[in-house]
Amino acid sequence: MHRILAIIDRDLRKFMRSPTLMFASMLFPLVQLVVLGYAFGGKIRELKVGIVDQDRGMPTVKLREMFEAVGANARTFETSDYTDLQQAMADLRNGRISAVLNIPPNFSRQALAKAVPEIALIEDNTDNFAAGALQGIFADLIATYNARGSVPRLSPTVTVSVVEVYPYVPYIQYLLPGTIVLAIFISAMIGGGIIFIDDKARGLHEGYLVTPITKLELILGFTLSGAAKAFMSGLVLTTMGSIIAGIAHPLEPIRLLKLLLVIVTTALALISMMFMLMVRVSDPLVPRAIFGVLNTLLFFPSGAVYPINGFPLWMKVISTIDPFTYAVHAFKSLLLKNTPLMAISGDLLYLSIFTTIMIFLATKLFRRTL
Amino acid sequence: MDNRNKGAAIEVDNIRKCFNGFCAVDGLSFSVEHGEVFGLLGPNGAGKSTLIRMLTTLIPPTSGAARVNGFDVARSPNDVRKCIGVIPQAMTSDLELTAEENMLIFAKLYGVPRERRRPAIESLLGAVDLLQWADKPVKNFSGGMRRRLEVARGLVHEPQIFFLDEPTTGLDPASRVGVWEMLMKLKKQRDLTILLTTHYMDEADKLCDRIAIVDHGKLVALDSPLKLKASIPGNNILEVSFSEVPDGWIDKLRGLPGVQSVKSDEHVFRINTDNGPQTTVAVMEVAREHRLEVTSLSVQSTTLDNVFMFYTGHQLRDALQEAPSMDSRFMYERR
Ligand SMILES: Nc1ncnc2c1ncn2[C@@H]1O[C@H](COP(=O)(O)OP(=O)(O)O)[C@@H](O)[C@H]1O
Ligand SMILES: [Mg+2]
Repeated sequence: MHRILAIIDRDLRKFMRSPTLMFASMLFPLVQLVVLGYAFGGKIRELKVGIVDQDRGMPTVKLREMFEAVGANARTFETSDYTDLQQAMADLRNGRISAVLNIPPNFSRQALAKAVPEIALIEDNTDNFAAGALQGIFADLIATYNARGSVPRLSPTVTVSVVEVYPYVPYIQYLLPGTIVLAIFISAMIGGGIIFIDDKARGLHEGYLVTPITKLELILGFTLSGAAKAFMSGLVLTTMGSIIAGIAHPLEPIRLLKLLLVIVTTALALISMMFMLMVRVSDPLVPRAIFGVLNTLLFFPSGAVYPINGFPLWMKVISTIDPFTYAVHAFKSLLLKNTPLMAISGDLLYLSIFTTIMIFLATKLFRRTL
Repeated sequence: MDNRNKGAAIEVDNIRKCFNGFCAVDGLSFSVEHGEVFGLLGPNGAGKSTLIRMLTTLIPPTSGAARVNGFDVARSPNDVRKCIGVIPQAMTSDLELTAEENMLIFAKLYGVPRERRRPAIESLLGAVDLLQWADKPVKNFSGGMRRRLEVARGLVHEPQIFFLDEPTTGLDPASRVGVWEMLMKLKKQRDLTILLTTHYMDEADKLCDRIAIVDHGKLVALDSPLKLKASIPGNNILEVSFSEVPDGWIDKLRGLPGVQSVKSDEHVFRINTDNGPQTTVAVMEVAREHRLEVTSLSVQSTTLDNVFMFYTGHQLRDALQEAPSMDSRFMYERR
């Protein structure tokens, strides 16, 4: 026990005396949270749409008035008129406008004849997000036009009314749980990966191995001190991140207690995984080289940035074993929905079993000799 | 207090360590008595660190055996660990921590009881002259101070046998002398058995009761410094060079009074003699007879350098420039 405490004591003292490292491990996730949160979160605005009106009848004028009004209000798009479809298409291809709305010459006639009139939205689909936004808006517009338009609908229409259980979640809040886990991961990567291997390469471990310390004592010492450091980054990100992202009542005591439990469990899982991976490594370049790969492989399949439902099968497999997935899910439940502990008990169970297996493997693989 | 075993402090029996067929330590046998200061002298790559690592349970021997304080290093490593102190070749103090904190961590790792920790640390820091630096971070220390701290750290659990791997390599001459004096003082106070490795002749000569000369993993000679020096012919070395070298010149030199042996290295002749002054005069005379000019001449008494040269056929200095040893591969700082 003294020996485990000695290792922890040493690690934490060193950590507290190199604040640069401490800040670095928290800065990256914070910056990512803010930049990604605002980069993806905002509504898309001021797209340029060219209108080619080849019809110029009464119904057309009504339609165009509506478009221009929406464009002016929500500022999602601005319209500009073209007389020539060719010219509009050329501008679309050159990137001067994002879409062309083409009203064909027979539009009014069809409308008056109560046939089904058609207009075409030709868009630059290389930008998925902009194209998606425009499609959504135009579908809405046409629906409105149809509803109050000259053609009363006789066929029964089905409408869906959406009930939102929780207040609107901006993207930055959606991103926060993943960011907290990322901060814990980075701390585990630096403490359990980079510093651990550097110490080994500098011969520090040689000094420990000539003492009567056991394998398990060493591993537990390293794991617990690593987890303590990761816990600190996790805590800072949880509190600061919640405030930045605008989570309501972020420091409410009961929720904070539940969050602390998740932070500890996550820190233990990630640091023990890191030791399992690093226990046989001696080249200081290795942890630096695999950092990026590991980060991508664990972070993105976890559902931190995009729902798991959209993944192909192989990625779903990764996400099933990825400890990030469970940690992200637990943080999401607590931060966005403030669920009771029961709702995340599965996550906590998985992370605990994962930790036990990792420590077991690390101890098996650890060599007491050089 | 006296729980030494009755036999030798360290017994090494035909020990061997091979890495993929290359034997870094190739069948060494020797034993070290309690209270002795025993030196392993050899160039870089001789296998000194590998041997120390086997004796301190860090790597298992490929074959052969070793006992430290009566315990077999392979079979009872933990018993060995409890009665030895080890200073590895690399400087391994934590720079961010203070001298005292560094010591405290090792006191805990060695299981020194709480009430004994402070007094032990204080007395050791005093012994290595670092008491006034106890609460300063080690990053402000000079190389010599760090080494002295590590020596103190290695003794925090009062081991009987102390292993030091190149304790003064990379230190400036004054710091080296400081480390030597401190080691001698500690040895007297604590009745230690010391096994140290070095590639410095003067260090081995000054500190050690007995010296084992190792080269390429093999034992070349083993005795006290005095006896080693006496074991090679002659007690002076003349190094002399001439303006030119006529045929058969080396045989002429061998015939001079007092000369034991002559080796030539291009233009420099290295003459072992048991009468330095007499041989010097004879060399000057024979050169004048042949109208040769003596371009340089020096007379020295025999050193361990000469001993090394005599037994291995090459100079320790030359060997030092051989390929760097394995353990520097991932070593950031080797002082
Ligand atoms: N782990 C290892 N793997 C392969 N070769 C090694 C290893 N450790 C040492 N060696 C080799 O063994 C030889 C002796 O090394 P070492 O014991 O460090 O010598 P010394 O301490 O006398 O300088 C060197 O040639 C070194 O390259
Ligand atoms: Mg060495």
